[in-house]
Amino acid sequence: MSVLITAVATLGAIGAGSAAILYLVSQKFKVEEDPRIQEVQDALPAANCGGCGFPGCASFAAACVKAETLDGLNCPVGGQETMDHVAAILGRKASVSAKKVAVVRCSGTCDERPRLNLYDGASNCAVAAALYGGDTGCSFGCLGLGDCVDSCAFDAIHINPETMLPEVVEDKCTACGACVKACPKDIIELRKVGPKSRRIYVSCVNKDKGAVAKKACNVACIGCTKCQQVCPFEAITIENNLAFIDDDKCRLCRKCVPVCPTNSILELNFPPRKETPPAPKGEEATVTA
Amino acid sequence: MLKTFRIGGIHPKENKFSAGMAIQTIAIPGEVIIPLSQHIGAPCQPVVKKGDKVKAGTLIGKAVGFVSANIHSSVSGTVVKIDKALDASGYKRDAVFIKVEGDEWEPAVDRSLSLVSECRLTQKEILDKIAAAGIVGMGGATFPTHVKLTPPPGTKAELLIINAVECEPYLTSDHQLMMEKSDEIMVGITIVMKALNVEKAIIGIENNKRDAIEQFRQKAKAYPGITVEALKVQYPQGGEKQLIDALTGRQVPSGALPISVGAVVQNVGSTFAVYEAVQKNKPLVERVVTITGKDVKQPCNILSRVGIPLNNLIAMAGGVPETTGKVISGGPMMGKALASIDIPVTKGTSGVLIVPTLEAKRKAMKDCIRCGKCVDVCPMGLNPTLLMNLTEYEVWDRAEKNGITDCIECGSCSYTCPADRPLLDYIRLGKGKVMGIVRARKN
Repeated sequence: MSVLITAVATLGAIGAGSAAILYLVSQKFKVEEDPRIQEVQDALPAANCGGCGFPGCASFAAACVKAETLDGLNCPVGGQETMDHVAAILGRKASVSAKKVAVVRCSGTCDERPRLNLYDGASNCAVAAALYGGDTGCSFGCLGLGDCVDSCAFDAIHINPETMLPEVVEDKCTACGACVKACPKDIIELRKVGPKSRRIYVSCVNKDKGAVAKKACNVACIGCTKCQQVCPFEAITIENNLAFIDDDKCRLCRKCVPVCPTNSILELNFPPRKETPPAPKGEEATVTA
Repeated sequence: MLKTFRIGGIHPKENKFSAGMAIQTIAIPGEVIIPLSQHIGAPCQPVVKKGDKVKAGTLIGKAVGFVSANIHSSVSGTVVKIDKALDASGYKRDAVFIKVEGDEWEPAVDRSLSLVSECRLTQKEILDKIAAAGIVGMGGATFPTHVKLTPPPGTKAELLIINAVECEPYLTSDHQLMMEKSDEIMVGITIVMKALNVEKAIIGIENNKRDAIEQFRQKAKAYPGITVEALKVQYPQGGEKQLIDALTGRQVPSGALPISVGAVVQNVGSTFAVYEAVQKNKPLVERVVTITGKDVKQPCNILSRVGIPLNNLIAMAGGVPETTGKVISGGPMMGKALASIDIPVTKGTSGVLIVPTLEAKRKAMKDCIRCGKCVDVCPMGLNPTLLMNLTEYEVWDRAEKNGITDCIECGSCSYTCPADRPLLDYIRLGKGKVMGIVRARKN
C-alpha cells in the first residue's frame, strides 16, 4: 500500500512541479498577438491558395491587420463579401473590387490549328515550352498539356479532350490566379466576371504578324485593327499585332465581335443575336447596335 | 590504362557512320537566313538594313554586352529583310534574310589554303581579332570564345585543354576536321596558348579516334608544350569539368569555372576557327556539320555556310529517309529535337541526326523503382531522381541545396533510367528556375 502512496505522491509532485514551470514559462514568454488576426483568419475561406499574393490565409490575415488601409488587399476566393466582413472586423473600409474569373485566351483547337509535329516528351507545359514553340505553327498558343489543371486547387479547369484546350468551370473558379502563374505561355488571364457573367475578350495571344499568325491558326488575332476602329469606348488597344480589350472600359456592346475577320473575339453568356445569319458587312452595324 | 573522369558516365553505342567521310562543301542556295542569336548571351544588334549589299564576311550583327558574339554574313548578296525566323531554339527569333548574288568575299579575308604558321600579334590583338570574328564554342554550347579566353581578374590560366573528345555518339565533324586540318589546328593551339599566356596544352582525344591520336602525336613533336592524350571512351567526357578531371585529376568545385583549377578548355573546331580568324582574317561564317542516322543513305560531313537550311544538307546526304521519326540538331545525347528542318545552320550546329521512328518514340513513363542507376551514372555526383521530384513539386530551396545548378544536362540519367522517366526534362526546367532565383538574390 505504501508503495502505491509513494508512487502517486511522487508522480503528483513531479506533475505539479512541471505544471508550475510550464505556467511560469508561458507567462514569461507570452507572445502578444493581436486577437483580430485570428478573427480575420476565421472570416477567410481557408483555401490557402495564395491567390492574394501571401503564402496562406494566416499571413494574409496578419497583413490585413497590419496594413493602414485595405487597398490592394483582396481575397479573390472570398470576393467582396469576405473583404467586407474583414473590413467590418477591422473597422476599415474595404476597397471595391469586381469579382474576376479566369479566361483562356486561345481558341486554337485541333481543327483550327493543324498539328505540324508530335511531342512525346514529358507531359508538362513548362518542359515543352522550354524545348520549343509547340506542336503547331503558333508558338504562342496553348500546348494542352495541362499545367493549369494541375495547379488548380478548386477543380475549376479541365482540358477538353476534343479541342485539347483548357476550359474553366465558372462556378468553381475563384480567380486565385494559380493557373495564370502556372501557364508558361501567359495564355490565362483574370477578367471581370461581368454582369450576368457576360464577357467579351480576345481569345488569342499570338504576337506574330497577321499573315504568319493566320497561316498557323484560323482563329488567330491578326492585328487588323477592325475591332479597334469599331469600338465606341476606346476599350481596345493593339500592341505587337495583338488586340486587347480593357475590361474596365468595355461596355459589352458586342460591336467588335462580328467585325473580327478571324472570329478571335469571343462573347460569353450573351443571348443569341436577333438575326442569326451573318449579314454582309454594311448591315452588321445595325444588327448589333 | 587510359585516363577518364572518375565518377559516373555511360558508354552508349558509338554509331559513327560518317567517320572517315571526307568533308564536302555544300552549294550556296538562293537565299540564306542568318539568325541574330547564335550564341549564349545577348542577341546581336543588326547593323544592316533592307536593301544593303553585303559580302561574305561583312559584319551584319554587332555583339551587345560582354557575353555576346558578332555575326557576319556568310554569303554575298542583298539583305531582303530582317524578320523573325524559326531556328533550332524552337521559337521564331530575329534573323537577317539575304538574297545570294555570286560569292564575293570581304577583301581582307585570305581564302588561300596555304598554311600561315607564324603569328606576331600580341595577346590583346589576338583576343580582339577573335572577338571581332565572332567565334563561339563550336561543340554546341556556343559560349563566346573571347570571353572564355579572358580569365576574370585575379585568376591565371596555366593549362590549355583542347577538347577533341567528341564523346557524342554519331557525330564525326570534329574528327574529320582534325584529320583534314591538323596543321591549322596545331597553329590555332599555339595562338590560343599565346592569348592565354600559357606554356602547356593538352589535346584530349577519345580512343575511338586512333587515326587522329596518331596524326596529332606526330604533329605535336614539332611543338614544345603540346601533348596528346588518348582517353577511354566514356560519355560525357566532352564536358569541361569531366575533361579536366580526366586529363589532370583536378576537380572543379561546384559553381566555379574551370579557371579556378587553372585550366581553360577549348573545342577543337573553335581552335580551327581561331586559326582562320587570326591568320586569315576570316570570321566564323562556316562550319563542318555531320549529317547522319541509321537510315540515312550517305552519312557525311559537310562544310556549310551559316544560314543554309538543314533541308539542303539533308538532301546532300540522300534526303530524309522514309522511316524518319525524329530529327535532332546535335548528337543523340545533348541534341535538341527539331520541329522543322527548314531552319538554318548556325555556329553551334555540330550535326543533324535522323532517328528512325522505332527508336524515336519515347516510352511511357513508369514509376521510379529507386534502383539508383541515375545516381550511379551522373558525372556530377547528383541525385537525378530527387532533383526531378523537387522540380515537379517546386521545392526550389532543396533543389538548390542538392546542386541542381551543377547539372551539365548530359542526359546520362534519362538514358539509363529503366522506368523511362524524363529526368533531364524536369531537371533542366528546375535548373533554369533555380538559376533565376539565384540571380535575383544576387541583384
